[in-house]
Amino acid sequence: MRNFVSGRAQEIPPSGIRKFFDLVLTMEDVISLGVGEPDFRTPWNICESSIYSIEQGTTSYTSNRGLQSLRDALSRHLLQQYHLQYDSNQEMIITSGVSEGLDIAIRAVTDPGDEVLIAQPSYVSYAPCVTLAGGKPVPVRCIEKDHFKLNPDTLAEKITRKSKALIINFPNNPTGAVMAEDDLKAVADLVIDHDLVLISDEVYSELSYEKRHCATATVSDLWERTITLNGFSKAYAMTGWRIGYLCAPRGICDAALKIHQYVMLCAPVMGQVGAVEALRSSEEDKNSMVNEYRLRRNMFVAGLNRVGLPCHVPEGAFYAFPSVEKTGFSDTEFAEKLLKEQRVAVVPGSVFGDGGEGHIRCAYAVSRKDLTEALRRIEIFISGL
Amino acid sequence: MDEKDLELLRILEENSRLSVDEIATMTNLSQEEVEGRVMALEAARIIKGYSTVVNWEKAGNGEVSAIIELKVSPERDFGYDRIAERLSRFRQVKTLRLITGTYDLQLIVTGKNMQEVSRFVSEHVAPMDRIRETATHIIMKSYKENGNTFFEQPETERLPYSP
Repeated sequence: MRNFVSGRAQEIPPSGIRKFFDLVLTMEDVISLGVGEPDFRTPWNICESSIYSIEQGTTSYTSNRGLQSLRDALSRHLLQQYHLQYDSNQEMIITSGVSEGLDIAIRAVTDPGDEVLIAQPSYVSYAPCVTLAGGKPVPVRCIEKDHFKLNPDTLAEKITRKSKALIINFPNNPTGAVMAEDDLKAVADLVIDHDLVLISDEVYSELSYEKRHCATATVSDLWERTITLNGFSKAYAMTGWRIGYLCAPRGICDAALKIHQYVMLCAPVMGQVGAVEALRSSEEDKNSMVNEYRLRRNMFVAGLNRVGLPCHVPEGAFYAFPSVEKTGFSDTEFAEKLLKEQRVAVVPGSVFGDGGEGHIRCAYAVSRKDLTEALRRIEIFISGL
Repeated sequence: MDEKDLELLRILEENSRLSVDEIATMTNLSQEEVEGRVMALEAARIIKGYSTVVNWEKAGNGEVSAIIELKVSPERDFGYDRIAERLSRFRQVKTLRLITGTYDLQLIVTGKNMQEVSRFVSEHVAPMDRIRETATHIIMKSYKENGNTFFEQPETERLPYSP
């Protein structure tokens, strides 16, 4: 019998955290800092409106683009919050989470052989999605010395005549780095000079603790060559609802819509109804969650530095990305030993690509009590080395 | 009052048992500043005290609580304030508010048992001058107090890892 698995599927590496997953399932009393999602429940008004809509029989497909009411509300929200201008009828698609948005964005712009630059460390699905689209992922390393921002010089070195697109994600998973307007301007010049399309995953845009998030498409003349991806998962604690959105100039948006309608048809309607309610009246809930993350960040990052894991201050998202180099272990060894000996689960930085090695990702989207206990265990672990 | 004060109030309202050290780390303020600000808020009587939310039903001390609503004839020059102040002096009155609607004042009263509560209402509250009518509602069960729910919510299942 032939091997039926396609070359492309074979080419994608297996998940780097699978091993940890299997290990943690055999253990008890583990504090997990390995989860990239809010620990809050979805605000009840959002749940309630969705439940009500199901009771009313709102269970059909929506239009491919998504509910008109949601797109209109989003269009207003983006303008008001980030000065982003997108036409709700021509430049916007509601997707099944940002994951789908990312996939269709990449497929909409990538031809076989195209090189797609990826600012790393990054979320784990960028490179595999590029591979699946027939493109060639090209990592661009962001380093701690630059506070994990994308350095234009490093980017310039990686650009070739085959470069087609650049994927960035700020506030960043896993580093918590943020790019301010000036930082983005330096990158914008290169992107424009080399005629690249920019895919900007801004799913953590609401979780920016020092200053208001700067939307990539509002910088310089980037709008006409930017695909903005965002969603409700992180800001409104709605990870399981799978609602994201893709915004782009009409030509790109039409292409992405074709792919979306064939592979997804539409995002789940009950999730879309919930998202409308989130925009309508969950501002307070969102703010209080963001506030709580800020308090936890301050407490946790101070704690990491105190126990001997140097950590830059992450300005956004809900991840701390301390260095474990001084312990003499690789990030994977450190994560494995910490889990086995002190039952604290973290994700090794190398999982997130170039620049991640020597670091671990700790999600502080867990209760303060658990964070305190995790710090206590990490301290015991380190003092025993 | 500035944004930092409001932040301290929010933190303390949720959990007043945090140490100054913990609060200082969370808010990026020095310990001295946290202490100074909290003392100022106490002095200004913005912080009125520190208490604990207790589920008495679960503690099983058998106390009962009632919501008492009163129709009151307001006094010239003083409105409801003087009578409210008199009522608030009773130890049994835990909460007292002026409200809109059919009734004017709303009290939450606690006592060892139903008899004690009803005796308090009939002997001390109802006969007071200017009180025209009372309505007593015994609280049968509390589901939520000060933002804290009193029923167990099942732990939601979270993946141990997600990228």
